[in-house]
Amino acid sequence: MGANRESLQRYSLAVVSHLLLVAAWYLFVELGKIPKFVLPSPQATLNALLVPNYRWLENIAVTGIEIFGGYILAVVVGVAIALLFSWFRWLELVLMPLLVSLNMIPKVALGPLIIVWFKYGIGPNIMMAFAICFFPIVLTTARGLKEVEPELLDLVRTLKGSRWQVFTKIQLPGALPYIFSGMKVAAILAVAGAIVGEFLGSDRGLGYLMLQVQVTLDTAAMFMAVILITLLGGLLYLIVLGLERLLVVQDARLG
Amino acid sequence: MTSMAEPFIHLAGVQKVYRTRGREFLAVSEVTFDVAAGELVALVGPSGCGKTTLLKILAGLHSHESGEVRIGTAAQPFDPSRDIGMVFQQPLLLKWRRVLDNVLLPAEILGLPVAESRQRARDLLALVGLAGAEDKYPYELSGGMQQRASIARALVHDPKLVLMDEPFGALDALTREKMNLELLRIWQQAKKTIVFVTHGITEAVFLGTRVVVLTAGPARMADNFLVELPHPRTLDIKTSEKFGGYTRRIYRLLGMD
Repeated sequence: MGANRESLQRYSLAVVSHLLLVAAWYLFVELGKIPKFVLPSPQATLNALLVPNYRWLENIAVTGIEIFGGYILAVVVGVAIALLFSWFRWLELVLMPLLVSLNMIPKVALGPLIIVWFKYGIGPNIMMAFAICFFPIVLTTARGLKEVEPELLDLVRTLKGSRWQVFTKIQLPGALPYIFSGMKVAAILAVAGAIVGEFLGSDRGLGYLMLQVQVTLDTAAMFMAVILITLLGGLLYLIVLGLERLLVVQDARLG
Repeated sequence: MTSMAEPFIHLAGVQKVYRTRGREFLAVSEVTFDVAAGELVALVGPSGCGKTTLLKILAGLHSHESGEVRIGTAAQPFDPSRDIGMVFQQPLLLKWRRVLDNVLLPAEILGLPVAESRQRARDLLALVGLAGAEDKYPYELSGGMQQRASIARALVHDPKLVLMDEPFGALDALTREKMNLELLRIWQQAKKTIVFVTHGITEAVFLGTRVVVLTAGPARMADNFLVELPHPRTLDIKTSEKFGGYTRRIYRLLGMD
């Protein structure tokens, strides 16, 4: 199988390039005698996990809940709004321009307000992650629901098919690739939203921990936190990618 | 062929006018012809002659201003929600459905019995030369094969009338000739009345038992004649004297002689 061997080759090369980066990092720190508080070695970064005070598991769980919570909320609300837009055209005409304007607001700037309104903690950070990643989902889903060949509608009309049949058999499955392209963009944004929320006000989570260890100049722990945040984002992205592979036929997937 | 005493399709003085920005223009006019059950009628003419509009009137997708449109006979009653199959220039298969499930779409919409429809879809795929492709996705098929699948889809609910809008217009010339032969074979086996829109003059004469010529500016029907070439037809009839006579007749009507 030529295709299989090619993809195996690609994956191994990707692993190699990542390992090379870690090796370069190690050599740079060791040979350059870089102070630990400027750039910790890979070993020192891993060792940060051993400090019990940092309560890694709890902080990972909190940040994970914020990212996944905000993200799932955004997908559910975003797709629901786009569906309503597609069913009630006047709703789209009224609300879409408003959403576009509201989306111009840098969501990060809303942080202090969210704290005033909702106090700080997991809930407001979920709101932050939601706010930052919900719009792309509305936009791509709404677009996908519009992408129906007029002649296919003719075909259904000659059979006196219902609007519901058009929706379930043609519109929704046709919109899936668009929904997933929005979900992929949103997955990356959700992580940023949750972390910004933690920076602005929280008492738990990996972003909060980063602020704490910044004071003590434990750069290794900051590195570890960044790596863990990245891994959380990567996990979310992989789940979305997996769902897409499961639900969307290869040919229909959008780049 | 049944007697023309009671035609399956009867059109008399059909006219349709489009209005845009207060201006009117004629989309279809003076269309009068009858089609017997089981005929393959080719509607031929240049862009803007109203052939697609006429097809949509037959499909019940467009209204018409004046004239008479009647489909069906006492012996062959016509149910507009069940008896129309459509084939377009693009195959328009659903990318996310396997070929068999694409063919089944009309049966699903009509709520026909599942098991019987599946068997019928398999038989039809065999008829159009796609046996073995049931579980493939559309992207795995060539353009010609996709169009074969869309013909099977148009037949799955066993309609009495199949409307085809330039179905081979997007195919390369050789595939198109091959599909013409295939369509004649499918038509003879499926025993359907087919209305076939094309701007290909030789295609119209080669396929049609009857050719209806429409002209543009203003859009009106210019001719309607039977093509008396024997069936089954093969490609070499295209070089025959009689075939040339028919094509010259159409070229002349379209002002291209």
